[in-house]
Amino acid sequence: MANEKTRSGPDRAALVAGVLLLAVAALVARDAASQTIVSSYGVGPTAMPYVVASGLGLLGLAHLVVAFRDGLPAPDSSDPRALGWIVAGLVGFIACVALGGGFIVATALLFGFTARGFGREALVTDLVIGFVMGLVIYVVFFKLLTLSLPAGPLERLLV
Amino acid sequence: MDTLLALFNGFSVALEPSKLLFCLIGVFLGTAVGVLPGIGPALTVALLLPVTFKLDPAGSLIMFAGIYYGGMYGGSTTAILLNAPGESASLATALEGSKMAKAGRGGPALATAAVGSFVAGLIATLGLAFLAPWLVELAVKFGPWDYFGLMILAFVTVSATFGDSPLRGLTSLFLGITLGLVGIDKLTGQARLTFGVPELLNGIEVTTLAVGLFAVGEALYVASKRHREPEEIIPIKGSLWMTKQDWKRSWAPWLRGTAYGFPIGALPAGGAEVPTFLSYATERKLCKYPDEFGKGAIEGVAGPEAANNASAAGTLVPLLTLGLPTSATAAIMLAGFQQYGLNPGPLLFAEKPDLVWGLIASLFIANVMLVILNLPLIGLWVKLLAVPQPWLYAGILVFATMGTLAVNPSPVELGMLFGFGFLGYLMRRYDYPVAPMVVGLILGPMAEAQLRRALQISLGDPMILLENPGSATLLGLALLGLVAPFVMKGLNRFKASED
Repeated sequence: MANEKTRSGPDRAALVAGVLLLAVAALVARDAASQTIVSSYGVGPTAMPYVVASGLGLLGLAHLVVAFRDGLPAPDSSDPRALGWIVAGLVGFIACVALGGGFIVATALLFGFTARGFGREALVTDLVIGFVMGLVIYVVFFKLLTLSLPAGPLERLLV
Repeated sequence: MDTLLALFNGFSVALEPSKLLFCLIGVFLGTAVGVLPGIGPALTVALLLPVTFKLDPAGSLIMFAGIYYGGMYGGSTTAILLNAPGESASLATALEGSKMAKAGRGGPALATAAVGSFVAGLIATLGLAFLAPWLVELAVKFGPWDYFGLMILAFVTVSATFGDSPLRGLTSLFLGITLGLVGIDKLTGQARLTFGVPELLNGIEVTTLAVGLFAVGEALYVASKRHREPEEIIPIKGSLWMTKQDWKRSWAPWLRGTAYGFPIGALPAGGAEVPTFLSYATERKLCKYPDEFGKGAIEGVAGPEAANNASAAGTLVPLLTLGLPTSATAAIMLAGFQQYGLNPGPLLFAEKPDLVWGLIASLFIANVMLVILNLPLIGLWVKLLAVPQPWLYAGILVFATMGTLAVNPSPVELGMLFGFGFLGYLMRRYDYPVAPMVVGLILGPMAEAQLRRALQISLGDPMILLENPGSATLLGLALLGLVAPFVMKGLNRFKASED
């Protein structure tokens, strides 16, 4: 309705989704085709992937059709800065764990950046809160649940 | 008689102090997350799965069930006081409930919701206890073809009932099934869709997908539209208690709501939205004071609240007897069973009667705990709504990454978590339901295994699926479910009333 008036041409989101689905379908089919083990009777490990690939292909085509008709529901406006902070927190978390920075520092980063993304203006306070949280979780996991989380220099000092 | 005996034994398990403690923690957490908008029982159970996998299975499962029931109770508080339903199951409650709160009748609205939930929960759990053994007897006779038909039916109904568009529901489902293919094929040892990444050989963890989609995806989504005006809590004015008149107007809607909720929740079509809206529509029609509807009629709170609690118990019927999840929370609970190597179904009733009946008995206890927790402590729960949103979501993300690391401390797993999180954000943004994807990941491999088993028995003849009356009926129903939405789009009118 209001949506149709402002839009010219096909709906981009639906178009992208359709193309992506077709790509995944092709990937699944190619993976199945390259398999080497063949079942002697009944259906083998490739049957289901082919079924799934056809399903994905059909859904992809349906999305392309939808793109030229109603399109997907128009999303609300989003706040890229909020998203940016949270993504930075998440990426920071992975990087910190992967590079051996340890769980506690990683948690501090994630907590602080996420809170910033949700609009709090007290980054330092939130980093400290995150740090304490990470510390408590690490100790509880290690002592009570006997599960070890990724350790960095700080964690090695603790135990 | 056997059922009563089994239930009695169940109570002897559920009344052990440690089980009571798990139950209490569960209902407490459940109520809390039900009250907090944006966090539902599915997310909470998903977050807790990794933390509990070294704990006692029976206790953990009792806790999960407590969270499920608690979430249904707590959701009403948010719906009534914030006019922001925490779960889709309390959408209908918000319609009349928030009007009642604005008119200064928030107390009775909360009370009728709590007592209605209690009545419905009690009746529906009794229904579960008596229906389950009967279904188990039926399920023992099921062949692989019947299970396959049942799963296909669940696929169709799950993707059709969540969300507004069958296309988007099916897309979500197929993405989940695709993820289910990843890893080593159990029957032949063939690696599928692993692309040479060793971490993928074991397949994709259900918890990673669920936590990514529900927790990380939800956090990103909420943050992205944060700049809109904040919600306003309506303070409770006047008495908390229901008047005689309120009781008189509430009891029939409670019973009718239960009558909708339990059977619909138990069907593979499942879900809590349909029965709550059916109940709302019925009460509106039957109400003696029709002009009060839209201004805060107590019937409009009593009915849907009873319906959503009854549907929670209904959902447990196919979950426990057939291993078939029909709601997002049930799907995650199934993952909970699987992490202890337990497979819900007829066999579980035979092999672990203590666990199953202890779980069922604990539901009765959870109900009693919840009504006690909810009525006098309502002020406490309302205070929860004052937790600053940034800390709440930052805490959720910390908890999500912690859980993932506890299961599998590898950067690849974390990368998948965030990848799924971003996917979950995009899916929410474009109104794709996320629950079918989780169901697809869990049920996809099971459906494949059943199909291959069936075809091995029939020596590769696919007609076996249509020659057996059971599977033929189920597949026919599935086809009907797939085609029906396109034929009569009018069915969607129950779902599209979110504003």
